[in-house]
Amino acid sequence: MDTNQKYLVGIYEDEDEVLHAVSEVRGKGVKIEEVYTPFPIHGLDVALGHPRTRIPKAAFLFGLTGLTCALSLISYTMVFDWPMIIGGKDAFALPDWIPVSFEGTVLFTAFGMVFTFLASNGLWPGKEPRLFDLRGTDDKFIMAVNLGSNRLSENEIESVLKESGAIEVNVKQF
Amino acid sequence: MSHVVSPIREHLVDGGKSYHDVTHDICKQVEGAPTKEWKIAFGVSCVIFAYGAYCLFWTWWEGIGVWGLNKTVGWAWDITNFVWWVGIGHAGTLISAVLLLFRQKWRTSINRSAEAMTIFAVLCAASFILAHMGRPWLFYWALPLPNTFGSLWVNFNSPLVWDVFAISTYLSVSLVFWYIGLVPDLATIRDRAQTKASKFWYGLFSLGWTGSAKTWARYEYVSLILAGISTPLVLSVHTIVSMDFATSVIPGWHTTIFPPYFVAGAIFSGFAMVQTLLLITRVVFKLEDYITIEHIEMMNIIVTVTGSIVGIAYLTEFFIAWYSGVEYESYCFINRATGPYWWAYWMMMTCNVISPQLFWFKSIRTNLLVSFFLSIVVNVGMWFERFVIIVSSLHRDYLPSSWAMFSPTMYDMGDYIFSFGLFFTLFFLFAKFLPVVNMAEVKAVMKGVSSNYPHKKSHGGGKAKTTTH
Repeated sequence: MDTNQKYLVGIYEDEDEVLHAVSEVRGKGVKIEEVYTPFPIHGLDVALGHPRTRIPKAAFLFGLTGLTCALSLISYTMVFDWPMIIGGKDAFALPDWIPVSFEGTVLFTAFGMVFTFLASNGLWPGKEPRLFDLRGTDDKFIMAVNLGSNRLSENEIESVLKESGAIEVNVKQF
Repeated sequence: MSHVVSPIREHLVDGGKSYHDVTHDICKQVEGAPTKEWKIAFGVSCVIFAYGAYCLFWTWWEGIGVWGLNKTVGWAWDITNFVWWVGIGHAGTLISAVLLLFRQKWRTSINRSAEAMTIFAVLCAASFILAHMGRPWLFYWALPLPNTFGSLWVNFNSPLVWDVFAISTYLSVSLVFWYIGLVPDLATIRDRAQTKASKFWYGLFSLGWTGSAKTWARYEYVSLILAGISTPLVLSVHTIVSMDFATSVIPGWHTTIFPPYFVAGAIFSGFAMVQTLLLITRVVFKLEDYITIEHIEMMNIIVTVTGSIVGIAYLTEFFIAWYSGVEYESYCFINRATGPYWWAYWMMMTCNVISPQLFWFKSIRTNLLVSFFLSIVVNVGMWFERFVIIVSSLHRDYLPSSWAMFSPTMYDMGDYIFSFGLFFTLFFLFAKFLPVVNMAEVKAVMKGVSSNYPHKKSHGGGKAKTTTH
């Protein structure tokens, strides 16, 4: 993480306002680094221009891995390593394997996806969060603008944020 | 993605709450010192836990000969209790996963405690699985471990092995689902924390959560996919539990109706247990504005629907026993209703089929005391259902000279008491140290469902409405 960066932090009071403000502020040529909210707001990532998440694809691949692992283990043990004769039936008893294959698929999907989620967001036990405002996990909606990556001056950005409905604009240095 | 909420809908959050009020109301029970009521309740459950732990220890030490099993009735309270707890453990995931997929907003204020309840109930169920193995320290023999342990591979054609996979997957996936839902709320507590200890602990477990838009966007996909895979998972678990019985050739067990019948019964008992706990929690933690009469009523409606499905299953079983023309099957069912265990059968019928029908009256399903009483009645009935299925099918087998009755010993009872001790001890710890209501999700649906944000947005149009799920 870069050190000593200066940010302007706009505080908003309502989720509709902040969603509206994001388009407005970006429309005026201000680059927003990120918006922090106490709960998910639909369309906010799109408004901010974030690329669509690839988590569903990852989840699908983990599920496929789980299914393959489960079926490989079962067919190896039941057909190749130690086939058992049960009622004279075929050792390759696919219908009987559906429950365990299904559970394997679900298990791999859930854990694989959640660990991917944690890794892609850089979340781990004991990580020090980079918080612009403590109220961002309570009832306020926080817009962070990195002054270093913007061409407009601090005063200009401040007035853009205020016009878009920010109740406060603070300066934060990291 | 806008949601228009009909103005005739009841509010799901009462009392004119703002977002900050939600944070404050839910966090204050975590932040404050434990109340006297909590200390008493926790103390009592610890005593129950300790007594139960002694009984369970003795069962493990001496072997399952301390139970009242005999050569005819070789499965009794242990499996009854296991199925009962697993069934109860279905409601949490059902509420958080299935109701999420159906976009039922009323789930938001009850899903956290329902999921916690699920996890604790499945742990209780697991204690019976371990106990009934006789030598619980060899539990890993049920896992697919290679021959170096001196045994063969497990048999993947066996429902008991399916059960191992189903229960362990269900427990771990529910735990993950619950924890991921907790992370944003733990961050809320971290950012309000006054003491060093709570800053450290809530900081450690909130994983550095900031609530950035990018994280939330991924989080939403993660919850949706977890809900999508948990829905068939929760249905598979009790289906597989029912196959432990249905794939055998014992009259009374060998029935194809078991999977849907067990799943309906599981939802039925799980919702009843959630109802029991919520009715206590909302009073103890003063959450009446979040867990409203509307929530209680919705839960009661589901209890009525699933109770009726269970009732139809009972009648179908009886009809098929006669219609099949198999005399052993017919005898088994006549013996259930009129034999020496008639009292258990009629207890089950009354509690599960007849009494939930009272919820057809709105005045009854919105009455808190009656709801509380009936929710306990349902779980008494569901315990008897499993007892009837298991013991009454076994106690009179093909050879009349082997007919026997089952009577529980103090260890049968003690192990059951252990599970209650475990369940309530864990639940009280959860209720004290973790937020019992999912704050982020409640805030996300507040517009449109809270009395503080009247339905003005529904009429306006224009500005994009926000909401989630």
